[in-house]
Amino acid sequence: MTALETDRRRADRRRVWGRVALYALAIGAALAAAFPFLWSTITMFKQDQDLYIKENNPFWFNEPPTMEHVTYLFTNTEFLTFVSNTVVVGLAVVVITLAISLPAAYSLARLVGRWGERMGIAIFLVYLIPPTLLFIPMSRVVSALGLHESLWSLVLVYPTITIPIAVWLLMGFFKGIPRDIEEQAMVDGYSRAEAVLRTVIPLVFPGMVAVTVFSFTLAAHEFIYALSFISATAEKPISIGVPTALVRGDVFFWQSLQAAAVLVAVPIALVFNLFLDRFISGFTMGAVKG
Amino acid sequence: MSQETVAVAEQAPGGEVRRRLADNERLLAVAAMTPAVVYILALVGFPFGLAVLLSFSDVTVGDPSLDLVGLATLRQVLADPVFWQSLRNTFVFTLVSNALVVVLATALALILTKDFRCKWLVRFLVLLPWTTPVSLATITWLWTLDSIFSPIDWVLRQVGLIESNVIWLGKPGFALASVITVHTWRIVPLAAVIIMAGLIAIPSEIRDASDIDGARFWRRTFEIEVPLMAPIIGVAVLFGVILTVTDMTVVYVLTRGGPTNSTQVLASWAYFKGIEGGDLAQGAGTALFLLPVLVAVAALILRFARRRDVM
Repeated sequence: MTALETDRRRADRRRVWGRVALYALAIGAALAAAFPFLWSTITMFKQDQDLYIKENNPFWFNEPPTMEHVTYLFTNTEFLTFVSNTVVVGLAVVVITLAISLPAAYSLARLVGRWGERMGIAIFLVYLIPPTLLFIPMSRVVSALGLHESLWSLVLVYPTITIPIAVWLLMGFFKGIPRDIEEQAMVDGYSRAEAVLRTVIPLVFPGMVAVTVFSFTLAAHEFIYALSFISATAEKPISIGVPTALVRGDVFFWQSLQAAAVLVAVPIALVFNLFLDRFISGFTMGAVKG
Repeated sequence: MSQETVAVAEQAPGGEVRRRLADNERLLAVAAMTPAVVYILALVGFPFGLAVLLSFSDVTVGDPSLDLVGLATLRQVLADPVFWQSLRNTFVFTLVSNALVVVLATALALILTKDFRCKWLVRFLVLLPWTTPVSLATITWLWTLDSIFSPIDWVLRQVGLIESNVIWLGKPGFALASVITVHTWRIVPLAAVIIMAGLIAIPSEIRDASDIDGARFWRRTFEIEVPLMAPIIGVAVLFGVILTVTDMTVVYVLTRGGPTNSTQVLASWAYFKGIEGGDLAQGAGTALFLLPVLVAVAALILRFARRRDVM
């Protein structure tokens, strides 16, 4: 056997072991991340007499699986109300966020020059003032406006979380679009406002999609404002509704509770997966100065 | 350029005044910025000022008139041993979780930038902890760590490592570890996504050159990729720190700060004092102690921004 062959064989072996290690790590990471959700998914289909026996194998259906508790979640609890509340709040927040951030981001990216850069950083720093610092004074503001116990309090307040990030992300997208495009439109006789509407907004559409997904998710995630402002079950969004209202006395409906978590988690993760690459590119564009 | 636009405006038929207004860049810039600035001043600036004001008052739900009492409220906050426990926990949770996040997220990012089969599925599963609303993700852990039916305890019992259940959330030490685990678990995916953005931005020539030079996996990873990624890892950690320092959801859902306040953090303590206990002044005063950490993070971000390569 020549030295060359030995070398090649060694390299092949190394490649094979590299692949094995990669797959082992990938599977390990997936299991570690998804473990509680896998356990929840099994739980949601278990019968009571299967689930509540301590010695039963928790990862196996010792009794036939049942849809009973999932059906219960939809028919006998406020789950669907929580979902629709979250959707209403999320969509309203997306609209407000886009309406306010688009002009601000464009202005920071194009119109105000050096001063705009500082302003952009200042707006980003607003993101660092968290709900946990503001929820007590904010609950007074909300009461003063007569929005206590109402979904609209969340619609009013959530854009404070989404706008800084949206401005930052969109600024990156605007900087990625060459100035020539709107200048050409202006030479063609459009005013700047018209030029922006006709040429730049369509190009920044991917950024708007990223902001939509991100703002909706942030609104669905938010917990402490909702917990502080709303105690009426009918007005609760999903983030506080499930942990506070699906508990009867001190008895948790474990199967229904886990079904609620899984049924919310899966669609959001699927949507995020679709937009992940766009989100990554959005982040780097916002991060790398143009 | 402004001469050019004026020329265009003069040629344009009709509506000249409106046109000139729409071309006035300074006016346009101010008009475009105003809604965002007004919104932030009204709903971040004003409540922030109110938070400071409340901390120097004695407002409670029972007595909502705003009387200033100087430092009395803050002194009361500091006199409570639970406050110090919360402060210590906030630091411990943040430091330990984010130390773990740096290592795990870097590893995860390196895995996810490689090609392998069923990558979409791995990506989907790995992102779940971050994309799921925090309170719901924590509920899956609440059930995973159940005192009687925890599958982890079942496995440990089968293997013979324990005789009776650990009761993860019922003992201070295990409860602390549980909260740290959940924080780490939910932040790693976000940090990995941010680091991936940095990894993808590493020019492929560098990687090719190191391949030609015969650099193997370990050398390439630790001598080339990790040093190049250091700034973006820093950014990921800053996000992770903000998310852990300011979070109260994990603690609220998992332990309610218990057993006997041993997992209380500043944010959850502020909530229990201010909203559930009705002492708005002390609640606001407690939350205000988050400020130094946030200012430090802001200073770091500004330093990054000045370096201009990232952020």
